[in-house]
Amino acid sequence: MLKYIAKRLISMVPVLVGVTFIVFAIMHFTPGDPATLLLGEEAPPAEVERMRERMGLNDPFIVQYGNFLMGLFRLDLGISLTSGRPVYNEIMNRLPATIRLSAAAILVAIFIGVIAGIIASTRQYTVFDGGAMFIALLGVSMPNFWLGLMMILLFSVFWNNTFGYVLFPSSGFGTLRHLVMPAIVLGTAHAAFITRITRSSMLEVLRQDYIRTARSKGLNERVVIYIHALRNALMPVVTMAGLRFGVLLGGSVVTEQIFAIPGMGRLLVESVRSQNYTLVQGIILTYAIIFSLVNLAVDLLYAAIDPRIKVQYK
Amino acid sequence: MATEATTVKVSAKRKQRTKLQETWRRLRKNRWAMGGLSLIIFLALVAIFANQIAPYGYNEQDYLRILQGPSRENLLGTDNLGRDVLSRIIHGSRLSLSIGFITTGIGLTVGGFLGALAAFYGGRVDNLIMRFMDVILAIPGFIFAIALVTALGPSLTNLMIAVGINTIPYFARIIRSSVMSTKENEFVEAARVIGSSDLWIIFKHLIPNSLAPILVQATLRIGDTIIIASGLSFLGLGAQPPLPEWGALLSAGRGYLRVAWWMATFPGIAIMITVLAFNLLGDGLRDALDPRLKN
Repeated sequence: MLKYIAKRLISMVPVLVGVTFIVFAIMHFTPGDPATLLLGEEAPPAEVERMRERMGLNDPFIVQYGNFLMGLFRLDLGISLTSGRPVYNEIMNRLPATIRLSAAAILVAIFIGVIAGIIASTRQYTVFDGGAMFIALLGVSMPNFWLGLMMILLFSVFWNNTFGYVLFPSSGFGTLRHLVMPAIVLGTAHAAFITRITRSSMLEVLRQDYIRTARSKGLNERVVIYIHALRNALMPVVTMAGLRFGVLLGGSVVTEQIFAIPGMGRLLVESVRSQNYTLVQGIILTYAIIFSLVNLAVDLLYAAIDPRIKVQYK
Repeated sequence: MATEATTVKVSAKRKQRTKLQETWRRLRKNRWAMGGLSLIIFLALVAIFANQIAPYGYNEQDYLRILQGPSRENLLGTDNLGRDVLSRIIHGSRLSLSIGFITTGIGLTVGGFLGALAAFYGGRVDNLIMRFMDVILAIPGFIFAIALVTALGPSLTNLMIAVGINTIPYFARIIRSSVMSTKENEFVEAARVIGSSDLWIIFKHLIPNSLAPILVQATLRIGDTIIIASGLSFLGLGAQPPLPEWGALLSAGRGYLRVAWWMATFPGIAIMITVLAFNLLGDGLRDALDPRLKN
């Protein structure tokens, strides 16, 4: 198993190096001079030139990229052009909020999605099935920022007007109550997606011979569904949920914006607006790393779900 | 003898129904998919005849009717500049639908070409192209689009380019796997024997034979790109005011959520209905093209 983890970690490296190259290249060819941005428009040209030299901006592209890569090994992502603080520290300040939000959202999504998927598949062609599938379809078709605004409208504005208190606060972060709305908003599309996959995967598994065997030997239907069928049906669910995690991360940017959550996404939008390229670069890289790590975790989950895979890597 | 000839003729005739006609026949039976298709046609008509349908211009301001709720004059209310929300949504349908089609078009052409090249030549070309696609896919799509818009500058055109580039890898992957399986066919061999060039074989034989999965992917992608693009506009990185792009309308409505709920509510419903229509059609197409997949 350890060998497998090591192998997967190593295979991540070339892709991530590719990511650094693309992101660095995009930011490099973006108009605007980082030295001027750092020193301000009024800075004397000589000083800007000195800064350019110090930041290595006069070096050829490939040298700059090499220095950037070398810096990465020391966790040095450069300095923020607006605050002058290291990009690494800025990101680390904001990372926890984003991780908490995404984790909460994925828990919501898996919980709702798997249960709704099971209900739909075990009652195929009933009202439950049709209803769950229609709601799921709405869920994948709805922009999450709109859902967020609607929830604020309902649970913060209207609720307050009717009952005189706020059920869930619409901004801020810290307590569990603050997390409820953002997690639901971010998790909904994912939940809808998981529902659809769980359903079709379960339907496939429920037709298998071993399910018939389990039923015919008189097992409780619950045991058949939750133990025999679900475990086998989960593989595609986990795969697709992992691949779609990138969509969830993207959604967190907007969700953080709506609920004023001090996460990486808000920092990204602020940095884009202030043309803080070094910070934008660092944040995008961090998102890519998180996404890759999640997919690694998904691969490891396979082994936990399916013992046959574990045996291969013993 | 005569009867035998007729049966042969009949079976030949039945076979002549093309795959497209067969798909259409199955699709027509699917009420949800037809609902989606009708909705798309309706939305397209609204977009085409926006100037005739919309009661007001998209930037027609009336300072005496600012932030008015839905009424007979303004069915969906007015915004902070006294503009009719319904008219803005109707005009915005042009932008959102164009964004959906153009971005998907970019992804389809570039991605399709790259995918076909990768599959056709295999080996190093394949490796190079597909590893590049892996790298793009390693960056969450929405965030990659933000990076591109940062570099290009926020505008409607750049938004389309950014979101379009984003969809390239999906098409590249699909077309690659599809071409991989068709290129082993004998008709490809035959084309090569009669001296067709590589590009001719790719465009004339391989891509048309991979149309089914492309069609499904493209339909579902249009919905996705509309959501991504409206999200970027929502963040102020896409369409700029006074353009009535739906995401931009939502963004404007956000500031007035407490006083004018209609400003943010209705543009969102418009996005949802549009994306839903494409998803319904896409799901239906998938089932119609490959009935085995349907449960």
